[in-house]
Amino acid sequence: MLRTLFFTSWRGNAIFAIAMLAATLPVFATEIPLADRRSDYEFMGAQTRAMQDDDSANPGMLGVLDGEALWNRRDGAAGKSCADCHNDARSSMKGVAARYPAYSPAQGRPIDLEARINQCRTDEQKATPMKFESKELLGLTAYLALQSRGMPIDVAADARTQPFIAAGREIFNRRQGQINMSCAQCHDDNWGQKLAGAPVPQGHPNGYPVYRLEWQSLGSLQRRLRNCMSGMRAEPYAYGAIENVDLELYLMWRARGLKMEAPAVRP
Amino acid sequence: MTARALINVPAKARRGEIIEIKTLIAHPMETGFRVGLNGALIPRDIITTFRCTYNGEEIFRAEFSPAIAANPFLTFFTVATATGTIAFQWEGDDGFSAAESAPITVE
Repeated sequence: MLRTLFFTSWRGNAIFAIAMLAATLPVFATEIPLADRRSDYEFMGAQTRAMQDDDSANPGMLGVLDGEALWNRRDGAAGKSCADCHNDARSSMKGVAARYPAYSPAQGRPIDLEARINQCRTDEQKATPMKFESKELLGLTAYLALQSRGMPIDVAADARTQPFIAAGREIFNRRQGQINMSCAQCHDDNWGQKLAGAPVPQGHPNGYPVYRLEWQSLGSLQRRLRNCMSGMRAEPYAYGAIENVDLELYLMWRARGLKMEAPAVRP
Repeated sequence: MTARALINVPAKARRGEIIEIKTLIAHPMETGFRVGLNGALIPRDIITTFRCTYNGEEIFRAEFSPAIAANPFLTFFTVATATGTIAFQWEGDDGFSAAESAPITVE
């Protein structure tokens, strides 16, 4: 009922829509209550948890070292480094990753942290954007995300971002692919159960980029989403596709308040 | 880019104390058994040897095989005998070589 009201009002009366958007998004019946949400960390085995807990055992920290070097490296036609504008990432980037994807006025829509880094590269450094899933982009993203470790996820849910959160939620709840499944069927309805012997986690994005043991490397949230999509035998959205970013934003909103763990280790 | 490595050696220890040493190094550990997108075998590229010396004396050595995961993590124990340097060396295919060291104070 509330849901119908929200969507019809959003299309119809603009003023009423803004009033509705200022309030929180209506909660779907199957969504996990805020108090029951648990980081995917809690579904892991003791050894994998130990690996994440010790920075000298977490291979994601090797990517962080790469990212730190890139932060201080001058690049592009402008000959500037990240540090030339943003100084010490440990203070200037604190909490930033916990707020992404964030609305970009230039794009008129939310962009994720990787896209934001590349925006800086093209606009400020006058350098070529880094490729998705390249060692460089993953390293720099991991270095930035580390600066938000332990901080609660706090993406903006305001009039500008709520239509995109709603779009992400629609994808999350939409059945797709040859086996006709939605993300929600596993991660909202059946978390804590087993899938082929492995626990089904709630699917929170609070540790990205993660070092995934199966990948033997760092990987982005978009890589993980594409991975799940091919598991559902659906056509994965391309890297950088707006659908992926909407999903990322919805997942971050869904995990609001959970603590950032990046670079996390996942099985 | 040189290979990134993370080592964890206690900065201080009592004489005779058993200490844990942890090492992690960035390396793809390509097995040599995988086939690339062009159908050709991807050549083997692994770390073959790891050595740890304590004030010049070898205290630990490992030989690696293709079955070891990327970014190998090794942990082992030794007895803190003297103040000095614990040095680490990795060598591998294609002339791969990396070295790190850490000081230790023994009281």
